[in-house]
Formats: sequence, structure tokens, C-alpha cells
Amino acid sequence: MAVKSIHGEYPSVFMDSVDRFHGNQLVYIGWDNHTSICTANAYPLPPDMPFGALTEAVLPSVCGPHPDFPLIEWSKVEWLLDGEAFTPEMGKSLKDNGVGHKSLIRFKTPGLNGYKGTGN
Amino acid sequence: MAKKLNMRKRYELLTRGLGWEPTYQPKDKVFAQEAYEGIKITDWSKWEDPFRLTVDAYWKYQAEKDKKLYAVMDSFAQNNAHLNLADASYVNALKLFIQGVSPLEYAAHRNFARLARQLSGEGAQIACQMQSIDELRHAQTQIHTISHYNKHFHGMHDPFHMFDRVWYLSVPKSYFDDASSAGPFEFITSVSFSFEYLLTNLLFVPFMSGAAYNGDMATVTFGFSAQSDESRHMTLGLEIIKFLLEQHEDNLPIVQGWIDKHFWRAYRLLGLVAMMQDYFLPESPMSWKEGWQIYFVENAGALFNDLGRYGLQMPKYHEIATAEADHISHQIFGTFYNYIHAAAFNLGLPSEAKMNWLSEKYPDTFDKYYRPRMEMWAQMEKEGKRFFNMGLPQLCQVCQIPMCFTEIAKDDPMQVSYRVSEYEGEKFHTCSDGCKTIFDHEPEKYVNAWLPVHQIFQGNCGGAAVPDVLNWYHFHPEDGGDYVGSADEARWKAMKGEAAAEAPKTSQADAA
Amino acid sequence: MSEHKVFMIFQNTADAQPFISAFEQENPRATLDYQPGMVRIEGLGELGITQAVVSELAGRDVNLQELHLTLISLSGNIDEDDDYFRITRH
Repeated sequence: MAVKSIHGEYPSVFMDSVDRFHGNQLVYIGWDNHTSICTANAYPLPPDMPFGALTEAVLPSVCGPHPDFPLIEWSKVEWLLDGEAFTPEMGKSLKDNGVGHKSLIRFKTPGLNGYKGTGN
Repeated sequence: MAKKLNMRKRYELLTRGLGWEPTYQPKDKVFAQEAYEGIKITDWSKWEDPFRLTVDAYWKYQAEKDKKLYAVMDSFAQNNAHLNLADASYVNALKLFIQGVSPLEYAAHRNFARLARQLSGEGAQIACQMQSIDELRHAQTQIHTISHYNKHFHGMHDPFHMFDRVWYLSVPKSYFDDASSAGPFEFITSVSFSFEYLLTNLLFVPFMSGAAYNGDMATVTFGFSAQSDESRHMTLGLEIIKFLLEQHEDNLPIVQGWIDKHFWRAYRLLGLVAMMQDYFLPESPMSWKEGWQIYFVENAGALFNDLGRYGLQMPKYHEIATAEADHISHQIFGTFYNYIHAAAFNLGLPSEAKMNWLSEKYPDTFDKYYRPRMEMWAQMEKEGKRFFNMGLPQLCQVCQIPMCFTEIAKDDPMQVSYRVSEYEGEKFHTCSDGCKTIFDHEPEKYVNAWLPVHQIFQGNCGGAAVPDVLNWYHFHPEDGGDYVGSADEARWKAMKGEAAAEAPKTSQADAA
Repeated sequence: MSEHKVFMIFQNTADAQPFISAFEQENPRATLDYQPGMVRIEGLGELGITQAVVSELAGRDVNLQELHLTLISLSGNIDEDDDYFRITRH
């Protein structure tokens, strides 16, 4: 422990522990090479939500307006879960796919590399 | 006849001469915060005063400065001089300032008062006490200066309330809270040295020269008035570092660690200023990249050359900061373009002229990486489908900025930079090696972070929907969104229209 | 005397003029850079002024600490007393 305190232990409160999210968990999802969307987005999602709901409902709400989005072939998308390559099972829940609280999902759409291929 | 005392002697009698060794209580109980950070002070008498202002001189010069400043403000108000602005879109720089900077001045006031009490050396006490009053003066004079604009434009009506709650204002807030919740020596290294000495010009010059170039003489006057205080603050920052390093060799690694940490944190915070400098000013004196070259690469380079004799090194990750100078203003602008519906200021896509200026200032990056997104967004706007990001961004656990930074150092500027740490079974995401290093060194501290996006999802920010949250922020509907079509734009056009209507009347009167 | 830069930046106003001129007069190697509303005085290793010269230029007895009224920024280590003001970088 490097943090210094005057009296005893430094008071740590986990401000984003999963119990604070009313049954949801935090999931971050970012679309690689589409930096006009600036960051991965954060979502409070039920752990039991089917993974397929991400591609059908969650992502369209944020990424839908991007000209590449309607062109996505979801079967060809490459996924990373917490830094490791993975193949999601769309019918299974987030939890059962290994998506935990504060997991980071990244997806790449080969051949679709942002506006005019610039990564935007 | 008694000989007149020279400046040094007068100062000594009015500062050192007023101190004493406590006898009713043990000294380390009276000054209870001095030891716990591990800093060793063997001899406070070695403190070299950065400036020698006795209290009477201080009051005299500060009163004189205030008299002149308020005279200019009065004149500005009397003459409706806001009509001389290059364009009302400039006012958005002031909105960012009053929301994000003025509350820091107030926080600095509080903290320097703490330091004046907690440091046991009289010379340091006096310097901190004067700085505490200076910082309160800055908060007050900024509020007074910008209150004129508050009468005419939106977004400036409740900055202190917003500062404590709004997603982008948690960036400056968390920077200062980090320093405020640290001990006195870390605080003074963070604020007096890293911010007030090393990086101060990167905050002040963009705002003040931006004001000068865009007809905002009130802010220019405030700026010059404050800068004369800042020069004292800078010398305090330098003196404290030299003093700590000369007192004991054990202080070096501690001080170096603080400089590394707070340089990076302050640099990340200044990303907001970079955006303002490159995108908010109708007339642009200098780009962020140019300013970084002069005020950091050259100036800081010279400074650390000087400090090298103590064993101090350039702050960790400074090369990344320099490499990012070509990118961050565009990346932060892009982030605010996404979320301007949830901000208390306006912005808009840069004009063709502005984009040509950006191309010229950023020959290696703007046309290749960032002009394309402007074209795409312009096309979407034209089609009536202006892109707004309808979600909430992933924030960095440490700097709390949306994680829009990319792998510049790995030559992959279109790849978002993701870093993660595990602490007690929970994941914590950071935007860069700089922020991850800070997290990993003191995770107990950063798990306490009040991250606005997460707090919204926890239901602590007024409600689930964006309008509820903006209401909780005390935003008004006119405060955010694009400048074109905004309430401020409409007011400006009306103001200018009215002025134009006055002119023919006057010339008729002259002719009569 | 080192070859490291030191600088003083003043508001470009009448009140600052005696100080600016004194820096120019007493530091032959210094350069003056005029920017909107301000003057940047840059030197190598050292910049200094004396109370005698500033007073002569101002036409009155000047307290060197009056430079606080128009100083914007500086870079260097300060050394001062009633009769001189100097910044250095070793």
C-alpha cells in the first residue's frame, strides 16, 4: 500500500461495486477503428440479458448512425472480451458468455474501418 | 537617526521574527501533517523566500491592482463592450473557464490556508497565506469579470453547483480533490510546482491571448492582473522543490514520484484547454501544439536541466505528452461533439477557414486523421441527421476523461488506448500508461472516485433519463447544443442588428 | 553565467515602461519580443535591473516592488533587495 494516511488505514470505499447498480452490471463496449464515436460506451445491463440483445438493441442506439453500421455482417465480426479473443454465443446471457461487472468488449468489423477507411 | 532597514531585514523581522517554538503542546502535535508523507525537514531556517513582500506592501499592491481591474470592468459594463467580441461563439471559452477553472481557484484558496497552518516554517507560512488570499482574489475577480457575460449569454449561471456534479467538470474537480486529500507537501508539489510553475502558461496563455485576439478586454485585464500574482506563485513552487530536495536526500524519490504523478494528471486536465484553444476561438493566436512546444518542451526542458543537479528528472511519460500534442485537441473536441447535448456550452464544426488553419498547424495529423470526421459529420448535419452519441462514455478511473485517447506512442493513432487493473477482484479501466501507473501506485485512493457516468447509472444524479440529469446539473435547455441555432447565436444576431439600426439615426443627428 | 534562458513578461503599458526600458538598458544581450498587450524580455543565464536606473527612467523615486503591478510571468530564480532585482538560471 503506497497511499499514506495520518491515522490507520486509508479509507477505501468501492464506489462502483456491482451491488450499487440495482441488479445491473457495468459493461463497456467499443467499436475499434471508429474513433468518431470517440470512446467505448458504458452500459448498465442485466447479467442475464442475452448477448444478442447487444447487437440488436444496445449497439444500434449509439453506433447506428455511423455509415458503417448498417453494413456490418455480425457473423464476420471479431470480438475481444477483456483483452482476449472470444466468440460470443448470441443466445446465451452476458454472464454465461463470461461478461462480468466492468468487462470491456471490443469488436472489429474487418473491411469496415471507419469513414472512408480512415479509422473514423 | 536610526538607519533604515533594507528589504531583507524588514522582511525577516516581520516574518521569522513573528514565529516561536511551542511549549504548551509538542511541536509535532501542533503541526500534525508534516511528517506522515515521509518528507524529512531538518532545518526550516534554510528556507529562501521566493518573494519578500511584507504585509503592508502586499496590501498596497493588491489594492492598486484591484482598483485598476474594477475600473476596467466598470468601463466594460458601461460601454457594453461585449459587443466588440469577434463573435459570441467566443464566449464558450469563458463558460468552460467559469465552470472548470474558477472553482479550482477557490479550492486553491482553501488549500493554501491549510498549508499556511500546517507548515511549520514561517517563511513558507507567509508565502502560503498570501497565496491563499491571492487565489480567493482570483475566484472573486473571475466571477466579477464573467458575471458581465452572464447577463447576456447562457451557461454561466451556476458554475459551483455544476463543478461538483457535471461529467466533464469532474476532470478538474478530481485533479484538485486528489491534491487536496493528499498531505501538505504533495499538495504543494502538485499545485505550486507541477501546475503553477511547470504548466501554468499552458492554462493562462491560451485563455488570455484568446481573449485578446477576440475582443474580450475584460478578461485580458483580469488575466494580466492575476498573472502578476501568478509570478509569485511560480517562484513559490520552484522554491519548495529546491528546499525539499536540499533538506534530505530521502526526499528525492518521494518528490520525483509526486512530480511524475501530478505532471500527468495536470497534463490530462489541460486537454480541455487544448480543445478550447484550437476549436473555440474565432480568431486563434496559437495552436495547442505550438504552445506545448514553447511552454513545455523548451521551458520545462530548461527547468529540469537546472534541477538536474538535485537528481530530479523530467516527469515520467513526458515524451508521450509531447507526441500527443498533435492529437489531443482534436480528440477532445470529437468527444464534446458527441456529447454537446449534455454540456453547458456550445460548439460547432470548424469552418473551412478554421480547418485550413488546423491543417497548417497540424500538418502531420489533421488532414489525415481528423478532417475526415468533420466531413462525415458535416454531411450528416446537412442530411438533418446531426450525430449525437445517445449513450454515455467510458471514463478513465484516474483522469475521469472519456477514454478517447489513442495509441500515439505505438504509432496507431486510430486505436483507442485501453488499460486495465484488477484490485481486490474488481476491474478498473484507465486511458493510458500514465493514468494506469497512477492507479496502480495508490489503488486505495482511486477506487473512491465519484465517476459521473457510473453515478448516473446508480441513480444518484436526478434520474435515469438525460433531461433529468441535466436538470439535476442545473442546466437550462439553452445552455448546450450546437452554436448554430443556439439561443446565444440568436441573442448575438439581435444585439448586432440593434447596433446596426442605431447607426443611421446618429448620422442624421450629425447632419442636422 | 549559463546559457539557459530566463525571461520576464510585462504588460505593455505606461506603468511598466520604466522597468521594460531598464531591462533593455542594463542587459545588452537581452531580446525584447512584443506580443499583443505584453512584452517578453528574454536573456541567457541572467537578467537584472537596478533601482537607480528604473528611477531615472521613471523620473521619480521608484520602489522596485512596483513591478508586481505589471508583471505577467517570469522564468528563473529571483534574487532581490531594495536596490536591485535579478533573475538567474545556472
